[in-house]
Amino acid sequence: MARKLNLRIWRGDATDGGLKDVVVDVNEGEVVLDVIHRVQATQMGDLAVRWNCKAGKCGSCSMEINGKPRLACMTQVASFDEDETITVTPLRAFPIIKDLVTDVSFNYKKAMEIPAYSHPKDLAPGEARMEQVDVERSQEFRKCIECFLCQDTCHVIRDHEENKPSFAGPRFFIRIAELDMHPLDTLKNRKRTAQEEHGLGMCNITKCCTEVCPEHIKITDNAIIPMKERVVDIKYDPARMFSGLLRREKRN
Amino acid sequence: MPQNLQKLKYDVVIIGAGGAGLRAAVEARESGLRVAIICKSLFGKAHTVMAEGGAAASMGNANSNDNWMVHFRDTMRGGKFLNHYRMAELHAKESPDRIWELEVWGALFDRTKEGKISQRNFGGHEYPRLAHVGDRTGLELIRTMQQKIVALQQADKAEYGDAEANLKVYAELTVTDILKENGKVAGVYGYWRENGDEVLVEAPAVVIATGGVGKTFKITSNSWEGTGDGHALALKAGANLKDMEFLQFHPTGMVWPPSVRGILVTESVRGEGGVLTNNKGERFMFNYIPDVFKDKYATTAEEADRWYEDQDNNRRPPELLPRDEVARAINAEVKAGRGTEHGGVFLDVSKRLPAEVIKKRLPSMWHQFYELAGVDITKEAMEVGPTCHYVMGGVEVDPDTAAAIGVPGLFAAGEVAGGMHGSNRLGGNSLSDLLVFGRRAGMGAAQYLKNNGSNPVSDATIKAAADRIEAPFKNQGGENAYSLHQELQEVAHNLVGIIRTGSELKEAITKIAQIRDRSQKVTVAGDRKFNPGFHLAFDLDNMLLVAESTAKSAILREESRGGHTRDDFPAMDNKWRQVNHIASYNGSEVVVKAQELAPIPKELFNLFDIHELEKYMTPEEIAKGGSN
Repeated sequence: MARKLNLRIWRGDATDGGLKDVVVDVNEGEVVLDVIHRVQATQMGDLAVRWNCKAGKCGSCSMEINGKPRLACMTQVASFDEDETITVTPLRAFPIIKDLVTDVSFNYKKAMEIPAYSHPKDLAPGEARMEQVDVERSQEFRKCIECFLCQDTCHVIRDHEENKPSFAGPRFFIRIAELDMHPLDTLKNRKRTAQEEHGLGMCNITKCCTEVCPEHIKITDNAIIPMKERVVDIKYDPARMFSGLLRREKRN
Repeated sequence: MPQNLQKLKYDVVIIGAGGAGLRAAVEARESGLRVAIICKSLFGKAHTVMAEGGAAASMGNANSNDNWMVHFRDTMRGGKFLNHYRMAELHAKESPDRIWELEVWGALFDRTKEGKISQRNFGGHEYPRLAHVGDRTGLELIRTMQQKIVALQQADKAEYGDAEANLKVYAELTVTDILKENGKVAGVYGYWRENGDEVLVEAPAVVIATGGVGKTFKITSNSWEGTGDGHALALKAGANLKDMEFLQFHPTGMVWPPSVRGILVTESVRGEGGVLTNNKGERFMFNYIPDVFKDKYATTAEEADRWYEDQDNNRRPPELLPRDEVARAINAEVKAGRGTEHGGVFLDVSKRLPAEVIKKRLPSMWHQFYELAGVDITKEAMEVGPTCHYVMGGVEVDPDTAAAIGVPGLFAAGEVAGGMHGSNRLGGNSLSDLLVFGRRAGMGAAQYLKNNGSNPVSDATIKAAADRIEAPFKNQGGENAYSLHQELQEVAHNLVGIIRTGSELKEAITKIAQIRDRSQKVTVAGDRKFNPGFHLAFDLDNMLLVAESTAKSAILREESRGGHTRDDFPAMDNKWRQVNHIASYNGSEVVVKAQELAPIPKELFNLFDIHELEKYMTPEEIAKGGSN
């Protein structure tokens, strides 16, 4: 059953590194992560790779496979031609630690900058009442497994280190959208701060983030575009801004 | 003293950033303590994200007859009355508050028509009781608490100017030892996975919240982190492990293709008509209906098939027998040589239902197999077999404070703690367990610190911990950790797995000891920098102690109960219900002794029908009618 696969793996660290070719057995039904594990167990005991659940639910094994940001546990070897060499490289938008492992601490810093959910002061635990249809909008964004593939692919920061301080990235735009659409959140102006503090305006909606999302979250259509539209309303139309606030009050 | 040794100081260190660890951290920080959270992976990746079904809490939103007493009864029944009554009581009483509190922190559960938190049915629960978010409830729990941690840090930033002044998450740090001075906890020792540099965290209170042990077995639903770290750390620190013979094997995990080995196939596949067959094409479950269920299950394929259309006039198909029965049957077929090429049996729903109906009724299963495995379950059979899912056994704790018995300053919560689930856990009781006892561990640590200040770590203690980390690099010519791990998994799977016998357990104990001997000389390739082979050397050590504890507890328990099935003692024996097995470590090996179970007090005893208790208790216990 087993056949041979040509795998090209980026090995190295922040100072030096390059692609190494290996030939490895591959069995029917295997994903790229299986093959990397086999290389680890039989040829390169110290090959660094992150992974946890191996079921597409934790978002740890993010890497670039033939140049595309993907989860290695969700990428079938059979989706490539049999004689094709599969090349695996670390996420390009983040600093390399070793081999396929990058320093993704940028994302945790950004998470810290988004103001937390704010529960109504007078609403006791157990008293909340929400319609299913109202929670579903935010639930779509809460499916996010924080694989950071959307961050990796986003061209605002992919090759532009200089944009990182002022740009939160798609993962955190959906976090802001999620809180903004949360039926109970009491914090105002989330959309405006998305624009003014978290760099929403730098996104020019090429939808690359949506394309790589393993959870199929419509990042651009359902989070970024609606927020951008409302920000424009707020900025240039005081009357609509006022009625918008009223609508929001009602919803709350 | 190692080079680059980093020294940190906290009031409390929490090992593990799954549901229990994060809930403990929130509680400890809100009690005014300085808290460090240590995770083996990145923050937010813990195995809790895998929990699908929901969190059990008797909020009574779906059925107002539900209350803590009903939940308590269900939990005790599920555990076949081996549970610590006080843990089951606290869990049943406090779960609703823990769920509502998550909502205050921003969680968005699915709703009922009235806008309350929706609750779903699950095996063993009398009423719909599981709060859920589709099939990703665990992710919602983790994310909510992760974001609550961030909220606490933002508050600290506003007050002290530094978000991480009093609560800091240390990601990708492996703890190799719990340190003690003067008989009390003094901190933890470990190394950064990123560069191998060593870390000393001094803290007079340590909470273990490291989850399970599944990676000890060949086929498991657990992620790589489930290597029993906390179990082993506690053992070596002088704590006890209770009930380690009890492991929950789910009957239908995938065995093929390898990319999905161990991943759960939900019971609903069988509920929707999935049929189990062996390599001869025989629908074998008809041969495995136990006498007690004879009148409730169909004896012919024709009747079983009719049940799906007419449940009033036909008996259920035997594929829907309780989990342990199905797992036993699959195991027997494979052992008799009637299994698939990869050691499972076939589960096929494609011949029963049209493709569109399968996709509609089992959407997540269809996606799981199509995307992860390239298997189209509308066209072909799945290969399934029992998969190691959850360990009921764990650190022996005081129920109210989560304090580990025998080690002042040590606490344990979640899957790593023992007692709550007895011999078998009900689905949905795990997520609520994390919340209830995570919080109690945080409270317990805060209470302990009122009377116990800092406990400095001596240089000798540091040196011993540092030497241990250095060892795999000093060894020459030993085996690699990967191959030893595979051998251990084979032994655990074949000899300490779902069906056990005395002779096989004896063989397992010998083999585990041999692997442990060889593991002392494990040799690591490469250097300390993010080196999985190096990391596995420590995981392996932990898994070996877990496997030894399980095998030595299992060989003593001469009965079958919950997650412990002995082929040579197939019946449940009420005398054994009065006994817990307590494993401890004497410095060279695991020693197991029997300990009398804490008796149920009268007010809880009286919640049960006496005829039900007669199934589990001896006539003398019944006559006594509770302990007080």
